[in-house]
This record gives sequence, structure tokens and C-alpha cells, in this order.
Amino acid sequence: MSASLRTSLLLAALSVVALIAALWLGPVTIADPFASDDATRTIVWEIRLPRALTAWLAGAALGLTGAALQGLLRNPLADSGVLGLSGFAALGAVIAFAFGFAAYAPAMSVLFALFAALLVTTLGWASRGPASLVLIGVGLSSFAGGLIALALNLAPNPGALADLVNWTLGSVEGRSLEHVMLAAVLLAVGAALIFAAARGLQALTLGEEAAAAIGANLSKTRTLVVLGAAACTGGATAVAGIIGFVGIAAPHLVRALAGNDPARLLLPSALAGGALLVCADVAVRVLPTDTELKLGVAAALIGGPIFALVAARLASRGGGS
Amino acid sequence: MSALLSLQSVSADLGKTRALDKVSLNVNAGEIVSLLGPNGAGKTTLIRAALGIVEVTGEIALGGDNSRKLSARERALRAAYLPQRPQSIWPISVEALVALGRYAHGAAPDRLGARDQAAVDAAIKACALDVLRARRMDEISGGEKARAHLARALAQQAPLLLLDEPTAGLDPAQSLGVAEILRAHAAKNGAVVFSTHDIALAASISHRVLLLKAGRVISEGAPQAALTPDALQSAYGRAARLERIGEDYAAIFTR
Repeated sequence: MSASLRTSLLLAALSVVALIAALWLGPVTIADPFASDDATRTIVWEIRLPRALTAWLAGAALGLTGAALQGLLRNPLADSGVLGLSGFAALGAVIAFAFGFAAYAPAMSVLFALFAALLVTTLGWASRGPASLVLIGVGLSSFAGGLIALALNLAPNPGALADLVNWTLGSVEGRSLEHVMLAAVLLAVGAALIFAAARGLQALTLGEEAAAAIGANLSKTRTLVVLGAAACTGGATAVAGIIGFVGIAAPHLVRALAGNDPARLLLPSALAGGALLVCADVAVRVLPTDTELKLGVAAALIGGPIFALVAARLASRGGGS
Repeated sequence: MSALLSLQSVSADLGKTRALDKVSLNVNAGEIVSLLGPNGAGKTTLIRAALGIVEVTGEIALGGDNSRKLSARERALRAAYLPQRPQSIWPISVEALVALGRYAHGAAPDRLGARDQAAVDAAIKACALDVLRARRMDEISGGEKARAHLARALAQQAPLLLLDEPTAGLDPAQSLGVAEILRAHAAKNGAVVFSTHDIALAASISHRVLLLKAGRVISEGAPQAALTPDALQSAYGRAARLERIGEDYAAIFTR
């Protein structure tokens, strides 16, 4: 069995355990989540299950996107959050919500994520070294943040503002099976696109020129990853708001077990992202805080240090090329 | 039979500098052709032009067909390329790196058919990498890395090898090892075009040399005929001569 497959099975098992734990644990103590009384059924199957599944799907989408963007841009610091895809996806949704066409929020998320993905891959394709790419992403993220503030300023319906600001912080509280379906469909589409680019990502290990010289069709690889990243990030952001660092943390944690081949990192990174976010959400719910900690905040608390660690390691290697 | 590589009056500009100026070259099966000249002479540009990486004017054919009309895959089946500074961005294993050479044949490093595996094994053996095959690319020495990348190009099993300074940074013994690999490739009806600063090595193993300066061909032909003191003087700006020692050559530069 290959290291990648072994890691994937392990992480799939971990995901199942985390999902079951998520049914069990929460502010209300439930002795048996599979009991058949009405209260338990409502809490477990209508509140906790959709919430946990949403967290898993969003985490998987972000983990997968992180691994794919890292392979495409040959940069271990790339992910939806750092490169501004999440920020733009949120901007798209905020515009939809604030201006009264909320039904189109997911489509707007995907569309805006696609715009950011195109921009960052075009600007970042030839970037020399990981730092300059991250700077491009920082610029895009701040720009998206500014535009979100602008959209909120101009919104005709200020009553929804507090909700929207809350939502951009990232949360899976109160999600329904509709959200689960939406995230699942977009993850499926995004994953199909990204897995079709797997061999191209493998070839890019040799750098752009040599990858083309061994026969890789790089414009196809790039298009597939950009579209896949947009679908995944758009879906994840539409249901869970902005959740950073999962896309960096998941591939980074998985490399030690599954190896460094960018193609063989995709599946384990998705599974790790899902498990990670479900665990983070369980932690958020059981922590005895007065108001519930936001999932996006919790993810940043875990992922932020990992980002710093990867960046420091790259810096000590002298740019990482 | 058509040439494996044919350049007809090829010119290329890099920014405002003319990197290649009306260069023509035909390379046939069984030949080793070396590209010589000072830094910035256009050696790398010529190799990259042959692959269609740089914009050029003039005609370039790979295996008889216009290289611009070939897909990346078709090109890869006709010519294997070793860049001057080959990269392994992720620290994959030596064997996985070599297996990337099978990309154009439809194989992935984790899914090799019998022919792919045989090609990978042969390339690893030719480059003396047997004991290193499971090692990670960031755990081996510079010379070993260079051999791993050369093995990747060999595993491609393309008739034409385009190698940009394959012996740069190698000790003399390792350079000779590379020379033997190139000879073996040509002997199996392949062809090799490689750039180098090692004039003696180039003269010793090449059927023909192309001496370039500032994008122009200074001289071309069999090593002894092309690398005259005048030609070397005008290419490198120093008094120099090529001396034959048995089967081999030495290049001597004087003040």
C-alpha cells in the first residue's frame, strides 16, 4: 500500500471519528446520540449533523484547494486564505446578501473566487520565490477586505450588517442540510477539476520549463486548478464564511506521512482539512466561553502558527527554490 | 532520413539584445554536437529555441516537423531537455524524479507500466543511482542531483537529448561518466546537443562543435577544424589552442 493511500485511510477514519464526536459533544450533554426521543433527534440530526458535515466539507474543500494551489504555484505558503480567494469569495456573497439577492450568494462566491484565482495565478505565476506570491495575496486580501467594508457601507439594508460581519469571521453555526448539499456539490465539481490536474502538478515539481519539456500541458493544468480552486473556495466560503489557514495546515501536516508528491497529497490533504475543521468546530462548541468562539477564529489559532513555522523554515532554506 | 533537429536561419531576441543571429544547425541520428562559447554567447537560447520555449524567427524542425506545431507531448517524445539549473521543488525521491521522464508516455511515478519501469531502471543504472533511488532529492549531493536529473531526461527515451551544461559543477571523473552516457546514447542511434564550458571534453566526445559568440556562429565543424586558435581567440578574447593527446584533447589558454 502506498504511503498516500495509507494516510488517506487513516485520515478518513479520523474524519468519521471526528464526525461522530461532533454528534455527541456540544453545549447540551447527550448520553446517546442515536436515541430516538424527539429532543435528541432534533439536536443530533437537525442541528449537529448538518453543522458537522458543513464543517467537514468546507475543511476538505479548503485543504484540497491548498494542496492544489501549492502544487501549481510551487509554493508551500499558498492557500485560498493567504492568496485572497476566500476574501473575494466572501466579498461576492456579501454583495449578494447586502443588496437583496441572497439566493445568488453561492454563485457570487464562486465567481469572485474565480476572479481572485485568475488574478493571483497570473500575477504570481512568474513570481520569484514564495514571499512575493504571498505579498500579492496579502494585497488581494486587503483589497477584498476594503471592498467588503465598502459594500457594507453602501448596503441599503443596515439591519443585516451585524450578521454579515459575523459571517465573514467564519462559522458553521445553524447550518442546514441545504448548506451541506451546496458545499458537497461544489466540492465534488472542484475536486473533479483538481484531480484532473494531478499529473500536471506532479510535472511542475521540475519547474515550469522542464515540466513543459517532459510533455505537460501547463495551460490546461492551470485552468483546471484555477476553476477547481474557485468552486471549492466559493462553496466553502458560501456556507462557512472566511476560514483561513486550513489550506496551509492540512497539506503541511500530511507531507510527513504521505510524502511530497503534489498529486499524492491531494486526497490526504482534503481528508485532513475536513477532519481538522470538524475537530476545531467541536472544540469551539465545548469550550466554556460566554459567547461561542467563531470557527474562523479557531482555525486561525491553529493554522496561524503553522503558517509562521512553514514561512520560517522556508526563510532558513533561503527562499525555498 | 530527416534530421532529428534542424534550425534554419534562427534569430531570437532577449529584451533588447540579440541572443541568436541567423543560426543554422542540422543534427542527425548518431551525432554528438556541442555548443561552445563564452557566457552570454547564446548556447542556452539555442537549446531553448529548439524546444520552442523562446520566441524566434526562422524555421525549427524536430524530427522533420515544425516544432511550433507540435504539442508539448509530441515534442517531449522527440526531444528530452535538461535545463541548466534543474529543479526539484518538492523533495520527492530520486526514483520518482526519474519516473517523471515517463510523463509523455502517459505514466505517473506511482503508476508505471512494464516499459516505463524498464526505462526508469535503465536510466537509474546508466547514471549509477541504484543505491540512491529511494533517497529524497534534498538528501543527496550536488553531483548526485545532477545525475538524477540526467537520468530523468534519459528515461524520457527521446531520440534527441538537449542538455544545457550537463557537466557543470561535476568533478572530472563524474564529467567523464556523463560523457560516456552521451556516447552510449548516440551509439544507439540517438543524438545529443549539449552546451558546456569544458572545451577539452567537448572536443573529445563531439562529432561537431558550434562555437558561438554574441549569438553568432564563429565556427562550426569537426572539433580540430573548428576550434582553431583564431576561432578561440575571437570567441573568448584570449590566446588559446587545442592540443591533441592520444584520443583526447586539452584546451590551453595563455596570457
